[in-house]
Amino acid sequence: MFSLESITTLVQDWLNKTFSPNLALFFEFVIVGVLAITLFAGLGLVLVLMERKVAAWIQIRLGPNRVGPKGMFQSLADTIKLIMKEGLTPDGADKFLFNLAPFIVMMVAMLVLAPIGFAKGFQIWDINIGVLYVSAISSVSVIGILMAGWASNNKYSLLGAMRSGAQMVSYELSVGLSVLSIIVLTGSLGLNDIVLSQQDGWWIFKGHIPAIISFVIFIIAVTAETNRAPFDLAEAESELTAGFHTEYSGMKFALFFLAEYINIFIVCAIGATLFLGGWMPFHIGNWESFNHVMDYIPSFLWFFGKTFFLIFLIMWFRWTFPRLRVDQLLNLEWKYLLPISMFNLILMTLIAIKGWHF
Amino acid sequence: MVEEIGKTVEGDLVINVGPQHPATHGVLHLVITLNGETIKKVEPHLGYIHRSIEKMCESLSYRQFIYTTSRMDYLSAHINNHACALCVEKGLQIEVPERAQVIRVLMDELTRIASHELWWGAMAMDLGAFTPFFHAFRERETINDIMEETCGARLTMNYMVPGGVMADLHPNFQSRVKNFLQLYKSKIHEYDELVTGNIIFQNRMKGVGYLSAEDAISYGVTGPAGRGSGVSCDVRKLYPYEIYSKLQFDEVLETAGDSFARYMVRLREMQQSIRIVEQLIDNIPDGEYQAKTKAVLKLPKGEFYQRVETARGELGVYIVSEGGTTPYRIKFRSPGFSNLSALDHMTRGEKLGDLVASMGTLDLVIPDIDR
Repeated sequence: MFSLESITTLVQDWLNKTFSPNLALFFEFVIVGVLAITLFAGLGLVLVLMERKVAAWIQIRLGPNRVGPKGMFQSLADTIKLIMKEGLTPDGADKFLFNLAPFIVMMVAMLVLAPIGFAKGFQIWDINIGVLYVSAISSVSVIGILMAGWASNNKYSLLGAMRSGAQMVSYELSVGLSVLSIIVLTGSLGLNDIVLSQQDGWWIFKGHIPAIISFVIFIIAVTAETNRAPFDLAEAESELTAGFHTEYSGMKFALFFLAEYINIFIVCAIGATLFLGGWMPFHIGNWESFNHVMDYIPSFLWFFGKTFFLIFLIMWFRWTFPRLRVDQLLNLEWKYLLPISMFNLILMTLIAIKGWHF
Repeated sequence: MVEEIGKTVEGDLVINVGPQHPATHGVLHLVITLNGETIKKVEPHLGYIHRSIEKMCESLSYRQFIYTTSRMDYLSAHINNHACALCVEKGLQIEVPERAQVIRVLMDELTRIASHELWWGAMAMDLGAFTPFFHAFRERETINDIMEETCGARLTMNYMVPGGVMADLHPNFQSRVKNFLQLYKSKIHEYDELVTGNIIFQNRMKGVGYLSAEDAISYGVTGPAGRGSGVSCDVRKLYPYEIYSKLQFDEVLETAGDSFARYMVRLREMQQSIRIVEQLIDNIPDGEYQAKTKAVLKLPKGEFYQRVETARGELGVYIVSEGGTTPYRIKFRSPGFSNLSALDHMTRGEKLGDLVASMGTLDLVIPDIDR
């Protein structure tokens, strides 16, 4: 069976044999860092192109098709353009905070990558409070957005940032509660344990209807948390031109842009891990031969397949739905999603205690 | 709080929407006083695209001035031209051949459909849905192609002249219009599926930008915006021109007065235009497409007024003639200007997002407001 675990152990053994333990650890850090940044940049390019192609497909047009075969190098060309562009800082802006904000947003997105299991035995940091870590770190990104909006000294940016603040703080609750409903089933916060607990079937199938409800709530809430349409009030092109990043240009804008896509990837990866089994292949109870066949598909393909399916779902939302109004957005969270997910959590706890799940 | 609405006080957030802003679809400048997200006052500033068309018309002959009016409301260029041609014909008492009349009405209604298509796409885009724009353009392009073939232009057609139309119909005209009707009918359900039935869209539109029938009359709001408030103001029905009195179509009326009512009026008006086109497309009479007119037109001394129904409302053309070859004074009563004046009244006390929805349903074309 093909597995990335053998590669990682091979590298670690070799490093430990060749260098002193401290130096080996240092090299491991470097390797992981380089890999993370490469993944980051690669994902950004792929997701931007994917978004444009999905949009084109939905909007009965072709999308980028001039740079490279089928327009594959379009995002690369865009990146080069953005790097070459001048990064303006407006006169009235708070220069330090203005320039700091994109890095905070970016850093948060990078940090959250750590506990995600990309494949079997391929995880940067198997921390035992993985889910808590993810939700704690990802809520920091609102600070970056508020900072960007405030420091820009632009009224549109300020309005966008304030909207974003209200939105992200409230939708955090629903994300947390729907994630909790899986935690009560697994009894562990570690992402690796959660994946392993889905050995005989994914939670969305095993957890009855409450699991499906919390999956739906999770998808809605993370769409809102990543500021994607139909919840893109922070940007709201037709109302606030570009919301909190109105004043940003060049690479500083690109960092916000990239962070948005990485955030989508992360929330979809978390969603895939919690509800769809992460890198775990599609297993059905004790159908040994069927499960064995499924195991032949490499685990990273399972992981990326599920994640990209969820990403496609979120992109589909964006190109189909109109935007909500700010009061409707908060109503949806506080009057509908939050009570439903609270009730759902209680139901899920009951199922977990009674052992009714499969 | 309530009594404060309408006044700018220290500490209010004043933002400029426009002259360059995605929501205004042109160079309209709105100075908006906000209290948080709530609108206290909307103050439109005009003049960014003023080309003094009315003044220019004074130095152009009665054949020439019509061409400048294509640039007023560029989405219903045919209907603008039509109004001017009708006004000149009224002064000269020219009898327009029936073929020309039918062609004119056909073109008017096709223009109305094309204009409403664009509005539908832009409306959805204002609310944050980008896809409907492309779906609307799929149909609109077909109409533009038909126009291009017959009139030689896609947007500023300049096809109506005093006495009839500039040229005869292209031989392909009938078959292409029939193809368009077929395409439109096979796609119309997508409009409801994609936008009208969407729960987010309905929540954004219903109860937003309310305009009562009394206010609509006092602000002079006409066209689909006025009919959304239940004001019967279809010039084609009330003051029929050309062959409209012989045609079977309904004046679309909604009584709710909110953005959704205005939206529904426009959607249903497209159906009525389709109905008119269907009635006429197989019954274009033979004959002249242009009446015999003198080389130089001279209107008798006097004042002439003609109103037509454009895609946006009532367009009035008022010509004062001193008996010369050029008009002494021309005044256009453009629907967009009056409709815009109601915007402040409609949006006070609502959220910033509602402004975009209300403005979208008024279907403002800025060159029509400024002229």
